[in-house]
Amino acid sequence: MVSGIIGTLVLGTITVLSYFTAWQYFFTDGKVDGAYRAITGFNHVWLTLTESLHIDLGVLLDPISVMMLLVVSTISLMVHIYSLGYMKGEDGFYRYYAFLSLFTFSMLGLVVATNIFQMYIFWELVGASSYLLIGFYYKKPSAVAASKKAFIVTRFADLGFLIGILILSFFTGTFDFAALTNPSGQVLGSIAGTSFIGLSVLSWSMILIFMGGAGKSAMFPLHIWLPDAMEGPTPVSALIHAATMVVAGVYLVARMFPVYAIWAPESLAIIAFVGAFTSLFAAVIACTQTDIKRILAYSTISQIGYMMLALGVAGYGGEAGSGFTASMFHLTTHAMFKALLFLGAGSIIHAVHSNEMGDMGSLRKYMPVTAITFLIACLSISGIPPFAGFFSKDEILAAAYTSQPIYFWVEWFVAGLTAFYMFRLYFGVFWGKKTEYKHKPKEAPLSMTIPLIVLAIGAAAAGFIPFGDFVSSDGLAHEASFHWNIASLSILIALAGLALAAWLYLRESSRPEKVAAGFKGFYTAAYHKFYFDELYLFITKKIVFELISQPLAWFDRHIVDGFMNLIGRMIYRFAVAVKRFQSGQMQQYAFVFVSGVVVLALIILIWWT
Amino acid sequence: MGLLLPLIIVPVLTVIVIAFTRTQHQTRMTAAIGMGIQLLLSVNLVIQYLLERKTGNKAEMLFRKSWVWFDSLNIKLDIGVDGISVAMILLTGIVVFAGVFASWKVKNLSKEFFISLILLATGVFGFFITIDLFVLFLFYEMAVIPMYLLIGIWGTGPKEYSAMKLTLMLMAGSALILVGILGIYFNSAPDGGALTYNLLEIAKINIPLPAQRMFFPLTFAGFGVLSALFPFHTWSPDGHASAPTAVSMLHAGVLMKLGGYGCLRVAMFLMPQAAHEMAIIFLVPTGISVIYGAFVAVSQKDLKYINAYSSVSHVGLILFALLMLNKTAITGAVLQMVSHGLMTALFFALIGMIYGRTHTRMIDKMGGLLKVMPFLGAAYIIAGFASLGLPGLSGFVAEMNIFVGAFQVSDTFHRVLTILAVSSIVVTAVYVLRVVARLLLGPIEKAEYEMIEDGHWYEKFSTGLLIVAIAGMGMIPLWLTDMIRDSLDPIMTKLASSI
Repeated sequence: MVSGIIGTLVLGTITVLSYFTAWQYFFTDGKVDGAYRAITGFNHVWLTLTESLHIDLGVLLDPISVMMLLVVSTISLMVHIYSLGYMKGEDGFYRYYAFLSLFTFSMLGLVVATNIFQMYIFWELVGASSYLLIGFYYKKPSAVAASKKAFIVTRFADLGFLIGILILSFFTGTFDFAALTNPSGQVLGSIAGTSFIGLSVLSWSMILIFMGGAGKSAMFPLHIWLPDAMEGPTPVSALIHAATMVVAGVYLVARMFPVYAIWAPESLAIIAFVGAFTSLFAAVIACTQTDIKRILAYSTISQIGYMMLALGVAGYGGEAGSGFTASMFHLTTHAMFKALLFLGAGSIIHAVHSNEMGDMGSLRKYMPVTAITFLIACLSISGIPPFAGFFSKDEILAAAYTSQPIYFWVEWFVAGLTAFYMFRLYFGVFWGKKTEYKHKPKEAPLSMTIPLIVLAIGAAAAGFIPFGDFVSSDGLAHEASFHWNIASLSILIALAGLALAAWLYLRESSRPEKVAAGFKGFYTAAYHKFYFDELYLFITKKIVFELISQPLAWFDRHIVDGFMNLIGRMIYRFAVAVKRFQSGQMQQYAFVFVSGVVVLALIILIWWT
Repeated sequence: MGLLLPLIIVPVLTVIVIAFTRTQHQTRMTAAIGMGIQLLLSVNLVIQYLLERKTGNKAEMLFRKSWVWFDSLNIKLDIGVDGISVAMILLTGIVVFAGVFASWKVKNLSKEFFISLILLATGVFGFFITIDLFVLFLFYEMAVIPMYLLIGIWGTGPKEYSAMKLTLMLMAGSALILVGILGIYFNSAPDGGALTYNLLEIAKINIPLPAQRMFFPLTFAGFGVLSALFPFHTWSPDGHASAPTAVSMLHAGVLMKLGGYGCLRVAMFLMPQAAHEMAIIFLVPTGISVIYGAFVAVSQKDLKYINAYSSVSHVGLILFALLMLNKTAITGAVLQMVSHGLMTALFFALIGMIYGRTHTRMIDKMGGLLKVMPFLGAAYIIAGFASLGLPGLSGFVAEMNIFVGAFQVSDTFHRVLTILAVSSIVVTAVYVLRVVARLLLGPIEKAEYEMIEDGHWYEKFSTGLLIVAIAGMGMIPLWLTDMIRDSLDPIMTKLASSI
């Protein structure tokens, strides 16, 4: 217990300091001539690589890093407090808090990175802490497999990130964000012009860097690790796999945004497409899952898709930059309501001891606080005014509409799906059938309900923050205009989704099965997550393991080593053959000697005659 | 006596004292004290070296001493160190000291075991401090020969076969090196004058190009065999699998680095033109080593084979980086020697300890060991993280130097090879995590494993020391990288002058 209290107190201090920093930055020190500037707190050389390239460790404050400081420290503090109750009496309690602290350290280091290599360093560290925490229940084979999968898939994505950094730094001679993201593009000039297979080298490197971001943020087709990551303890899912680490990819793109928007628009178009597709794809799967954490996981993937899309359709500066603001806004509100949803789910699981929706029903009677806070989060994510999600989603939809209407319609549809699957979950768990429980479910203890209430306040009210005043693509305050036509359309489809969910799941009925049967083939495919796990299993097991590794191992043992052994044997054979010449028998020596003389004599005779 | 000579005297004295000990406990205490002093001397050497450099001493080698040994052939015991050799000496000091504690419980003939082990260490220390090629070769042989006895007598499995194979292949490498060294010697005074074995003297002149073309490949391949250069790496899996714990630690940890060190110090430094010409030819097998070793490791079942192939991959990266012929990559190569030395020693130490408890090294027969041995299990996970290049541990520092350095060579051939080598980080993650999952996590495989005890004090000390070194290097790398970088100047000038 001591470890938990120490961890929580330290994190409390960090949170206070973050808020203090934010206050100072946004209201006193950050603004120069009406624009927020970047402040480098300190920056020390950690490792020298070449004459011009060196890895520094430092602290960079600008609107998005300060915003992330707030998000990370707030959610992390809530999860620390919550875990005091949730993990109580768990085997390895101190280990849990140690890992949680390691994660928070790494995440904060990532957020305040002054250069792209520092970001990569902490990027890997959050990956490792995520691995350790997903595999926290290490005696459970599924948790072990999930942690391994998460690490390897993101490692594969990080390979792209690393190569992207190598290309970018080779041409620009710097890792520093300040130099790279300078809108004048001084260091980028040479590389933006060079071309390689149709795109500029800069675009290629930015696509590779985005690959890293796509891996961390579970974008299609690298999304497969996130649903499995739900094997970790639920508060961990709330912190790492919903609110903070998984949005690191969005943060990375936002960090490099001027480069994407001004110098590599092709890569930004790819980001927009990947974001839009992922949000639709994941939302469809979310409608069919029955494990409550997996539903939330797919919902997370879908919502991060929103954020990526918003960045993808944005431009640099002014009205075009509203997508950037919208994305960061949604990141913040999403952190609130998704953390709340996960912690609520944790509270349910804590009471019911199951993840399956089938084991739940009518829980509102037993767990009123959880039920109400969960409802607030559902309303928020579904985009019902005046909850936070409504405002941030509206800005994203507006940005998509002004830039590329096709994406607007996709995301508008996804908004409907979101409302549907969230209320399917809500009604299924808190309403629906009357379940007989062996142990009567109890409301969670105070240490768990307080974070729920705090986050519920955030999820309800965060929408009223004038976000554009603080965060924008170019540091200038940007007035977010409210779009009634878009808002009414999105409210309409959200209500439609909600109503459909209510019709199907509010009371126990046979309607859900009928609807599922109506979409038979499609439903089955979505239920099996469109068979992506099977595809990856095929690649790793059949191709890497059986088609590459095992034949190579055989080749090594039998061909390469066989050849070495063959040399050894041939020398041995040769020795055996030569050995006969020195038998020690006088008669043999005499015989050879005499025969030699005779042969020589014959040769000489023939020669002479 | 200076700072360097004690580095050979102390181990020799330790061997002599051990010869007079009576009980196993006396033997190992003597070994521990002797190697403890040795480690302190190594640490002191690092400090003195850095202080001396700070005073502005720019000499190529510091703490020079010279004694004539064999006048007519101009062979001298000529000693001196630069940042590279200092780094290697520190590595050796740590690994040998940890190795003594890892062999705390050697059962039979413990006296002879420690004598051979420390003789081997003497050879390694001698190798790193000499600048006379002939003496260098002598020490090299001194390090390779005890290996035969150590594996043949104290090994497991098909130990005679493995010992024979390892020794013969390394001897074949030695033969190439000897020819190479003699070739260098006879070309060391192209304008007439006295022939010399002294590295620094030879570096001042240019060995004629035809001679370089002839002797560079011999020397490089000869040292390459010791660094498990594809396709001459097959001694490594068998040798390691049969070797006792401390021998594996020393062999993979230090001895394989002699190869990389020799390639850099002898082949590339003295024959830079040939190095430029032939780098491309040697890059191909080293590139293959990197990716091939990693893929073969993926499907192995025996812990020691996994690590042996992992070593093929990681040590391949050392030679790969050397052949990039630029400062950053070569710094990375030396860092990788240190880093890989520490982490592979840790791996082999842990494998020995696990084997001592489970009596198997097959990963599919083990599982859930983290629960019964949390300390050793956590140590294994840390070693694994270091191996897959997690920031904060030593592997990352080395690999990033190598990758960034290699990427500075901008033609397509090097680019493709570099990207292939970089992609080994994913394959490494696959086999490391596979082993961690099978070995340590999941439910406990057999009921008898419930009885396993966690590490004893000497085991914790041995692994703890290595972990501290790995983390220290990974978190505060700048002093080490700067020390190595600055020492590369003479080599870089020599390489640059020959283009």
